[in-house]
Amino acid sequence: MRRYQDKHNVQKQAYYTDRFNVQPSLPRFEVTEDSLFNATLLHVKGLVDVLEAYVEAGQLVVWVAPKANVSALKAFKTAGYENLSEMSAVDFIAQKGGFEVFYQLLSMEKHERARVKCFVPQGETLHSVTEVYKSANWSEREMYDMFGILLENHPYMKRLLMPDDWQGHPLLKTYPLQGDEAAQWYEIDTIFGKEYREVVGPENRDPARVDARNTVDFSRIGHEVESGAPYSATPTAQEYQEKGGIAVVSKITKEKAKTLKERP
Amino acid sequence: MAQHQVEYLNSGGLPIALTSVDKLVQWGRSNSVWALSYGLACCAIEMMAAGGSRYDFDRFGTIFRASPRHSDVMIIAGTLTKKHAEFTRRLYDQMAEPKWVISMGSCANTGGMFNTYSTVQGVDRIIPVDIYLPGCAPRPETLQYALMLLQKKIRRQGANRKQALKRLV
Repeated sequence: MRRYQDKHNVQKQAYYTDRFNVQPSLPRFEVTEDSLFNATLLHVKGLVDVLEAYVEAGQLVVWVAPKANVSALKAFKTAGYENLSEMSAVDFIAQKGGFEVFYQLLSMEKHERARVKCFVPQGETLHSVTEVYKSANWSEREMYDMFGILLENHPYMKRLLMPDDWQGHPLLKTYPLQGDEAAQWYEIDTIFGKEYREVVGPENRDPARVDARNTVDFSRIGHEVESGAPYSATPTAQEYQEKGGIAVVSKITKEKAKTLKERP
Repeated sequence: MAQHQVEYLNSGGLPIALTSVDKLVQWGRSNSVWALSYGLACCAIEMMAAGGSRYDFDRFGTIFRASPRHSDVMIIAGTLTKKHAEFTRRLYDQMAEPKWVISMGSCANTGGMFNTYSTVQGVDRIIPVDIYLPGCAPRPETLQYALMLLQKKIRRQGANRKQALKRLV
């Protein structure tokens, strides 16, 4: 059972604890058990230094040094892995002080997938692989945007998803779910300026907040009053049409309506 | 020639209807509420359905226009991200007075389920809203009802009213 935690004021507590990060481990197999993977690994080993290699979830996983990422991907490309289907990073700053960067590769001719991984310590840069795989261009920009890993020799090193003047990198485990101060006031600061913060007020982060007596922000159905007027318990009329009607449009009341018993 | 039936017992016996300029103008405005073609997320699909032939917004006089200069109402249909907020505000500013805003769906109303760092927690933080439309996503009928409520609101207003500064939030 999950450990009991006091739910009071849970929004203000730090959201990240290590219990979210217990890694489920998959069984790992020797590469020599699979002849296709073994041939690929031998080819790659002839070109770069491989730190570790195993087969996990039916895919070849190869660990290399972060400096060797471009040459490793070049080796895989010559081995027939012509498609970089995905790449990104995983935040392991709390455990290991850095990021695990992975490159997910696909070989159409061999019907096999492989994953090249490397460990990048926090604050260090990585070499861009856009010269090997063009599809890495936006992925690397996203990786920079979300984790702050800078890439050397990238053709256009700029944030992909967040605005250019955004502060922080949102996919870091330490990034607050509801944003830091800059994030919480971002739209007010960019549109109106910082002095407008007092006019608009802080964000309401409680999605269930309802105050029936607050007639400025809420209008209770059946008890509508003018904005700012005192709350009234007497029900208001719920008629769509104005008094006296309007030209051309006529109101059909329930009494006037006919119910057909059968199709005419 | 069209034959006008004269009701001698009503309207002083003449085939006329008495009204004020205010009411006439606002009646005209309320029946030609042109909407800006502007969708942000999945609510826009419902908005498109409301504009399509099955639900047919055109019979309310609501025609989607491609330019904010032509539009009277802005339907915020979907999640507004903080990156996009300034563009929404710019489009709103480009619309000519009189203008109205319908906030469509939970995301536009309050941020909805996106209680996160990158979503504007309610579009009324950046532009004034006339009608809040609940639902995730609201059905086209709901949007049509919101439009009818907006028409009702427009008819209540004076034609030549001084544009009161709309309160933010």
